[in-house]
Amino acid sequence: MSYSGGHILLSSQRESQVSRFPVWVMLVVPLAAILFQVYVPLFFEFLSFLEMPLLVVVYFALTRRSQVGGLLVGTLVGLAQDSLSKNPLGMLGIVNTLVGYFAASVGLRLDVDHPMIRLLLTFFFFLFHQFFYWLMVRALLGQQLVFETQRTLVLGLLNAVVGISLFHFLDKLRKAS
Amino acid sequence: MESFFNRYRSITVLLLVILAQLVLVEVQVKNDQDVRLIRVWTVTAVTPVARIVEALRGGGSGFIRNYILLRDAHEENRRLQAELDRLKLDNIYLNNELNMADRAKALAVFQSHTPSRTLAATVIGTGAGTNSKMVLVDRGTVSGVERGMAVVTPDGIVGKVITAYPTASAVLLITDPDFAAGVISQKGQVRGTLKGQGTPICKVDYVPFEEKIEPGEWLYTSGDDRIFPRGFPVGVVKVAHNAQPFQEILVEPSGMARGIEDVLILVEGVHQPIPDTPPASQPVFIGSPPPADTVQPPDNTANTPPGTSAGTEADKLRAQYKDIGAAQGHKFGEGTPGSKPPDFNFKLPGPAGTPAAAPAAGATPQAPAAAPPASKPAVPPGGASQR
Repeated sequence: MSYSGGHILLSSQRESQVSRFPVWVMLVVPLAAILFQVYVPLFFEFLSFLEMPLLVVVYFALTRRSQVGGLLVGTLVGLAQDSLSKNPLGMLGIVNTLVGYFAASVGLRLDVDHPMIRLLLTFFFFLFHQFFYWLMVRALLGQQLVFETQRTLVLGLLNAVVGISLFHFLDKLRKAS
Repeated sequence: MESFFNRYRSITVLLLVILAQLVLVEVQVKNDQDVRLIRVWTVTAVTPVARIVEALRGGGSGFIRNYILLRDAHEENRRLQAELDRLKLDNIYLNNELNMADRAKALAVFQSHTPSRTLAATVIGTGAGTNSKMVLVDRGTVSGVERGMAVVTPDGIVGKVITAYPTASAVLLITDPDFAAGVISQKGQVRGTLKGQGTPICKVDYVPFEEKIEPGEWLYTSGDDRIFPRGFPVGVVKVAHNAQPFQEILVEPSGMARGIEDVLILVEGVHQPIPDTPPASQPVFIGSPPPADTVQPPDNTANTPPGTSAGTEADKLRAQYKDIGAAQGHKFGEGTPGSKPPDFNFKLPGPAGTPAAAPAAGATPQAPAAAPPASKPAVPPGGASQR
């Protein structure tokens, strides 16, 4: 695996190498992200803006470059989030499933190891996640949830910045190719 | 097929997973009517499909039934046409029954109000002649019908019985040229004789030109003809022209205005007064017998022998001459030419209290004792000898 500093698009099939993770990483990291979102804001409320499960889904989807794998990760993480929330099971599951699928699709085309690409993709998928969740709440639950655009943009930027750091940390956990 | 799934494996898995989670969401969520969204979605998704399927099925079956399976259509059409014809006949029959019931009710009401004794009858036939205005009714002598009886409806007079058979009677309608009846106008009490013309319009004869009668005036029976009791409506004057010596008056009969299917035969007529208003706005009134001035015996009936009815002036003169001849023993038609005729200035014996003329030879003067006592002046002159 090597960074292609000169361009962001994958120039050959050889560049699109699939990152592999140990099984415990695949289990612990998502679980830790969910627990972080559940418990950390209880003590540090200002960290409630972080969508750690989403960041984990985006990361695994981008780096594994498998659409099925990405959507399954998103599904499991989303359903786990739903289980711990007041939402009906499947609301965040559907959103994270789509995020995982599209992130994996993008990962097949772009050099997702590029920091700027990661920043932009994380920002974009955070917006996508928030917008699609708002859309589903209105459509499926009939709730009049307000979509705060500016706040969402700011939070998206913050999550993208945090995501860069998180992704860099998770890169250390990848198996050596 | 396998390559298809391999090619679109990712998107297929995505759709399946999304669908599964959607189902999961909808199973948990209820809408405002406390109905689970999965049910709402299912119904919403299935209903249009079911509607389309039903439309296709109905259209297909209808096409097959309407355009392909037509082998029995002609026979069914004939059967339905026959049934429709039968129902039309039934409808006509029932309408006739209803009209008949209405007429019967009107007749019953009229019968209950009129003082005359009537007999309800139904027209069962018409006269054979082309110009004959005659009908046959289902009542005859067995029911008490006699020749000369009046036939009326609640709207007016219809005709008179000209022939009474055991079980039927022939009625001459008022539109027949041979029909005549005494009438009187409502306002001016003008008398005349109603005659048929063979048309729906009748005429009134013998109304002097100086009498006042106007179009729109109602005519009633006067009772003078001794057939129709006084007071029955006859019709409305349509035309009244002055002419010499009598007016030309045309009348539209009211008795047959609504057809004649059920009539009343006056078995025993009772005179009624002429109403003040047209019969359309006045119910049938049960009145007293006609006033005395309408039944005025002729003055010269005193000289009429018993059994001789008062007729024309010539008849009265003839009867008077016969009496004079009988009083002088003369038999008309037996004397030879040149023989002495009877004295036509001979004064016949008068009624009670009236001095008789000098009796001629052979005459039988009436005894004064035979004259009615003066204490009974109410008896009309000559009345005793008449009755």
